[in-house]
Amino acid sequence: MYLCGLLEPVPCGLSDTMLSKSMQKYSIYALLRNALNFHENWHRAWRSPAPKPEYDVIIVGGGGHGLATAYYLAKEHGITNIAVLEKGWIGGGNTGRNTTIIRSNYLWDESAAMYEKSLQLFEGLSQELNFNIMFSQRGVMNLAHSLSDMRELKRRVNAIRLNGIDSEILTTIQIKELLPIINTSPQSRYPILGASLQKRAGIARHDAVAWGYARGADSHGVDIIQNCEVTGMLRKGGCITGVETTKGIIQAPKIGIVAAGHTSVLAAMAGIRLPLNSYPLQAMVSEPIKPIHPCVVMSNAVHVYVSQSDKGEMVLGAGIDGYHSYTQRGSFHVVEGQLGALCELFPIFSRLRLVRQWGGIVDISPDASPILSKTPIKGFYINGGWGTGGFKATPGSGWSFAHTIARDEPHELNAPFTLDRFVSGALIDEHGAAAVAH
Amino acid sequence: MSAGYRLQKGGLIDRKTRLNFTFNGQAMSGYEGDTLASALLASGTRIIGRSFKYHRPRGIFATGVEEPNALVQLERGPRTLPNQQATRISLYDGLIADSINCWPSPDYDAMSILGLFYRLIPAGFYYKTFMRPATAWRFYEYFIRHAAGLGCAPTEPDPDHYDKMNAHCDVLIVGAGPAGLTAALGATRSGARVILVDEQDQIGGWLLNENRIINGQPSKEWLNAAFLELNDTADAQILTKTTAFGYFDHNFIALCEHRGPTQVNGNGLSRQRIWRVRAKQVVLATGAIERPLVFADNDRPGVMLSGAVRAYAHRYGVAAGRRVLIFTNNDDAYRTGLALKEAGVAVPAIVDLRHDPSGELAVAAVRAGIEILDGSAVTRVLGSRGVTGVDIMNLNNTGDGVIGAPRRISCDVIATSGGWNPTIHLHSHSGGKTIFDKRRGIFLPSKTTEANFSVGAANGTFSLSDCLKAGMKIGKQAARNAGISSHNRRKAPVSIKEEEADSRLLWIVPTACPTSHKSRHFLDQANDVTVSDIQLAAREGYASIEHAKRYTTLGMAPDQGKTGNTHGLAVLSQVLGTEDPGETGTTTFRPPYTPVTIGALAGRDVGPLMDPIRMTPMHHWHELAGCAWEDVGQWKRPWYYPQNSEDGLKAVHRECLAVRNAVGILDASTLGKIDIRGPDAVILLNKVYTNSWESLKINRCRYGLMLSEDGMIFDDGVTTRLAKDHFLMTTTSGNAAQVLEWLEEWLQTEWPDLRVYCTSVTEQWANITICGPSARALLLEFTDDIDLTNESFPSMSMREGTIAGVNARVFRISYTGEISYEINVPASYGMHVWTALINAGKKYGITPFGTETMHVLRAEKGYIVVGQETDGTVIPSDLGMNWAVSEKKDFIGKRSLSRTNSMRTDRKQLVGLLTENPTTILPEGGQITAKQTLSTPTPMIGYITSSYYSAVLGHSIALALIKGGRELHGDCVFVPLEDKSIVATVINPIFYDIKGERLNG
Amino acid sequence: MFLINCPYCGPREESEFHPAGEAHLKRPANPEKLSDIEWADYLFMRQNTKGILLERWVHRHGCRRWFNVARDTRTNKVLHVYQMGDSPPTQLKHIKP
Repeated sequence: MYLCGLLEPVPCGLSDTMLSKSMQKYSIYALLRNALNFHENWHRAWRSPAPKPEYDVIIVGGGGHGLATAYYLAKEHGITNIAVLEKGWIGGGNTGRNTTIIRSNYLWDESAAMYEKSLQLFEGLSQELNFNIMFSQRGVMNLAHSLSDMRELKRRVNAIRLNGIDSEILTTIQIKELLPIINTSPQSRYPILGASLQKRAGIARHDAVAWGYARGADSHGVDIIQNCEVTGMLRKGGCITGVETTKGIIQAPKIGIVAAGHTSVLAAMAGIRLPLNSYPLQAMVSEPIKPIHPCVVMSNAVHVYVSQSDKGEMVLGAGIDGYHSYTQRGSFHVVEGQLGALCELFPIFSRLRLVRQWGGIVDISPDASPILSKTPIKGFYINGGWGTGGFKATPGSGWSFAHTIARDEPHELNAPFTLDRFVSGALIDEHGAAAVAH
Repeated sequence: MSAGYRLQKGGLIDRKTRLNFTFNGQAMSGYEGDTLASALLASGTRIIGRSFKYHRPRGIFATGVEEPNALVQLERGPRTLPNQQATRISLYDGLIADSINCWPSPDYDAMSILGLFYRLIPAGFYYKTFMRPATAWRFYEYFIRHAAGLGCAPTEPDPDHYDKMNAHCDVLIVGAGPAGLTAALGATRSGARVILVDEQDQIGGWLLNENRIINGQPSKEWLNAAFLELNDTADAQILTKTTAFGYFDHNFIALCEHRGPTQVNGNGLSRQRIWRVRAKQVVLATGAIERPLVFADNDRPGVMLSGAVRAYAHRYGVAAGRRVLIFTNNDDAYRTGLALKEAGVAVPAIVDLRHDPSGELAVAAVRAGIEILDGSAVTRVLGSRGVTGVDIMNLNNTGDGVIGAPRRISCDVIATSGGWNPTIHLHSHSGGKTIFDKRRGIFLPSKTTEANFSVGAANGTFSLSDCLKAGMKIGKQAARNAGISSHNRRKAPVSIKEEEADSRLLWIVPTACPTSHKSRHFLDQANDVTVSDIQLAAREGYASIEHAKRYTTLGMAPDQGKTGNTHGLAVLSQVLGTEDPGETGTTTFRPPYTPVTIGALAGRDVGPLMDPIRMTPMHHWHELAGCAWEDVGQWKRPWYYPQNSEDGLKAVHRECLAVRNAVGILDASTLGKIDIRGPDAVILLNKVYTNSWESLKINRCRYGLMLSEDGMIFDDGVTTRLAKDHFLMTTTSGNAAQVLEWLEEWLQTEWPDLRVYCTSVTEQWANITICGPSARALLLEFTDDIDLTNESFPSMSMREGTIAGVNARVFRISYTGEISYEINVPASYGMHVWTALINAGKKYGITPFGTETMHVLRAEKGYIVVGQETDGTVIPSDLGMNWAVSEKKDFIGKRSLSRTNSMRTDRKQLVGLLTENPTTILPEGGQITAKQTLSTPTPMIGYITSSYYSAVLGHSIALALIKGGRELHGDCVFVPLEDKSIVATVINPIFYDIKGERLNG
Repeated sequence: MFLINCPYCGPREESEFHPAGEAHLKRPANPEKLSDIEWADYLFMRQNTKGILLERWVHRHGCRRWFNVARDTRTNKVLHVYQMGDSPPTQLKHIKP
């Protein structure tokens, strides 16, 4: 059965025409062919070019969002003379540090539209990029532990459904059927009263998203330049003209900042202040065990979220540490609290062991919604403030940011996510939308 | 059953105490002092389990935390634990262990068929396939998930518990090997308070595995003396079986102390204890971990680390094999050869990558009659289920190829050594930097960011005599740095220094064919990562070490690559053509150093102790009355009190009617109460509330709205003036702490000149609310010093007096629309007054009611609940509450109310909704549309915030926030559900007693 | 987990405290006179310094006093702790945020 699946014929699909000619195609046949010569003929997934002195567009930040922006600029808008500048290694920031949850069950119309666009792009992304990002639509469950949680959950599910997005409410019995290891005892400190379930939601392989977009962008001619830190912004009058980097000055009339964790640091180089605060967010994984947890569970009241990776590890996260920090480290007591919550929800996990724990830097905006916006400086664009939930937005963020840069105007998807909203007060307040309190 | 691997003598085991255990259903035995690994080795068990990806047979490789292969499922039933390293399990009588990741047995594993397809599944193969058809990933994933994972999670409840201890010390010393011990002696002799922690079950570190001479006596005797001295020092605490697993900011180190099942069973002891240590100074004497040589098929059962082979002989009296071939690039492995020879084990040869090894140890090996094959390499391992022999060839000059004809030597164990990596994990956790020592091919700790030292092997000092000296020096230094000034001139113990020659760094041991072809050189045995995987990653552009790690999964297994990471980095450097692996980067070590049990990290904060439970003074009465509970923040509040077989709905109807027609009694003690006192109290209230407070008379109450600075409603409540400079503020139950902190924040950070103090008195006062037409009559029975007439005690006022013999504050505040008395008495009298009222109230039909009834009654009156009618996006005008907003003064949040978005006319506004059918209850959280449709997507204009059946009105009622709702009164709106759409009419959000006539009884 | 030297209680574990962001904020004297942009600036724009940040903490589970901390957000080192109303430490001023 397994091997039959492996050898299933590859239909010639649309995606072949989407692929740039320079890209070596990945498939089971390619694997077979390459196995014969000991895998010595695989091409580089992306080149490692030296920066040119000038580009049409510079994207600062080689994470998922930045690489997706470059990819869609090339693919959707025909702009290929692009450099993606990454101070370390691509996908090494929050892209490679998050808990990989993808969902679009957001309350407000503006957010729902953005995250649903992303989810839809994710659904075809492996095929589009010809890179298996392992999007596993195993369902995301958000638990309710109080009457007010339940009320809020129903409001949300109704709104999501009316926005044309799948969402349903589960009773405690249905939760237990789906997930026998969860503690639904009415005696627990905060008993589970119900849950929402988005079946199309799930998890994906975070590194693969960055690598897939990198390979796709590279095949369109985008230069991905790693170990190249931006140290200054060049302006002339009200226009941006380029960047100073550890690899010298690089010029471009359009520059997009997509550097989660350092958005405000980079914006400040161009003299722009942003309403963002950077906090540590910690995540961790357990040892690998045989499958036991089939979906993704998020709880706001009993504060933790958990899924089981394909490798068998429990992937765990929760809320931020409340202080500013750029250390990519968090405090121990936050981890302890989170694991108490985990043991409350999944008592049998008390005997599993934690094998790795780390932190990322998240940029949080006052309304916990992103800023995907033009700025007062011509040619200078900001994409940041995704807070604790940026991974799920990677494709939609890149797609709409590419539009914003190419056309010098926001797409209707990201038009509500401008900087102006903080002046008018038209916030998109998603404080309750993530399963974490901000 | 071969029993012949136990040596005749030697070891720290107690040969008088035999322990029986079961491995894969087979009865075996060992001795007290054995680990599961040593007992298995002694019994001749070669294959312990199967590998993660290729399901290759694997045996015991190491002797400690670095073991990548010998993982077992320990015990069955509730105490079963997956993925336990056999090298870390102290043997006990009755132990049961089983192999993992194999079926039906480790010897014959069905999934080993994957090994045949290994060429199809190189590193990252899954990124390149399983993409067609688009929906099939979950199908493939099912099989991949089931093939992956190692052991099985327990399925039964955890019979054990875990706890935590906080500790402080001058000097924390991690590692009780020679350097750590002398550091501990140095620091304690200086008078420092010391904690010495070691992951093994006794102090000694690597010395336990050696027979050396210290101060002219056997090292074990010196260890005993050191232990006695430390044990007798009051200020020294020794923690064994305790792992320092994480080094966090400001010298905070987390330790995990383990207790075996035999210690815990029935003794009430915690299974593990987390020590949270804050140390002034930290000494990292964490030792070093041996790394193997990376040669073809170096994962076969029987290939072991040289130091481990020596440890099994010295410490456990076990010969790892009968003919042990040594394969090394350094002098240390010669000690293994010599030790085995002395113990009577055959050592057919020492194969040394170096030419003409000439150190003392090599000379001794020659004297002992061991054949040394220098400039040679093992190029082939014979035997797939266990080593049966090797082929050895000469290396060419550059070391990247082999020449000549292979020579075959039979052996059953290959003891391999590629040198020792300093254990710099904790140094790295703390933010310390590392440098690469090119000559020795190791990473060393360099700049520290916390108050710590690395010493001994952890600092690249490998000779015993140097470790002893360095430890003593650093121990004294750490004590001085911790502020201990007393002098201690005692000298470090001495040991004879054995001169060792340099090792030869050859990261990949060549074979006759390229590494990517037939043979497999394993770097990370736990995750089945080979040299060719790293080479492939580099070829494909995954050239950063972090990319290579993630692409190949190198070092991502539970052992975190303790034996393979440096080689991985070096191999990557070679492919990239950089000379110096240090330039290619170092991998970041992340906590924990070794896996830590999640239950231990959770500690006692589980079950009922997960979060404190707050109970009112009348909690016990409610419990006996059989109420249903509602969690409100940490409070338990009665939700409703079902009688007989009533369901919740019926109970609430009954309670509602009782309040409207007779009298109800509510425990409102959870309301937040803040005592505000000082000459400037009014100024503070004026700043934090939207309305004005100067005019409020003494003993009068006023409702107030609190906004955050962005104009959004954040809390509400009634505040009473007790005296000119004295107020009692009430807050919502859930927000009490936040409101107090909010007041304090403004007072302390913005208006420190205001003379006003705020004190929480929530728990000092019980609040017993009686309301309903008979409330006054009931209260009359209990007081003779409060005039209850409307004239003397009007609504929204307060009187002090005696209620049921208790000094009380009685507030006429109504949240139900009925005449209502909130009787506040000192908390300790709450139960007395409550029961007195209940008893006397029987003749009036007094009915206790809970939060649900309270919500129905307040909704009938159109009163809001913060958090239900508001969600952090609602301003006062949205709720039609501009009457509570002063135009004349500034207050927190006022400026935000004139932003463009606050002025919009299509903001969501509070309205009432009525359904056509009086029994249809609209769903709370239902979204509202302007048009009747079930198709999606469809625009929404608002949502239902509260919805109940009103027993007194005989029909359902609902409150909703609808865009421009106040303009829609009389219009129809729709509430689409999955299968139908409910019509409702928009009305003013007051349903009952619109004129407010019932308020005065 | 930080060790924070509360100016009133002495060194205590971080878990007793609550961080509250930028220090030395001043509420505008006349908010009504501010433009929407100026008001938004006061509401939302905060120092997000990579380097030495002057921030407020409150000893929530202790003396409940607010105070100021100078902390390097690159290393989490606490460089100085001082009471509300005190000026920022001058010796740190030359370090550019």
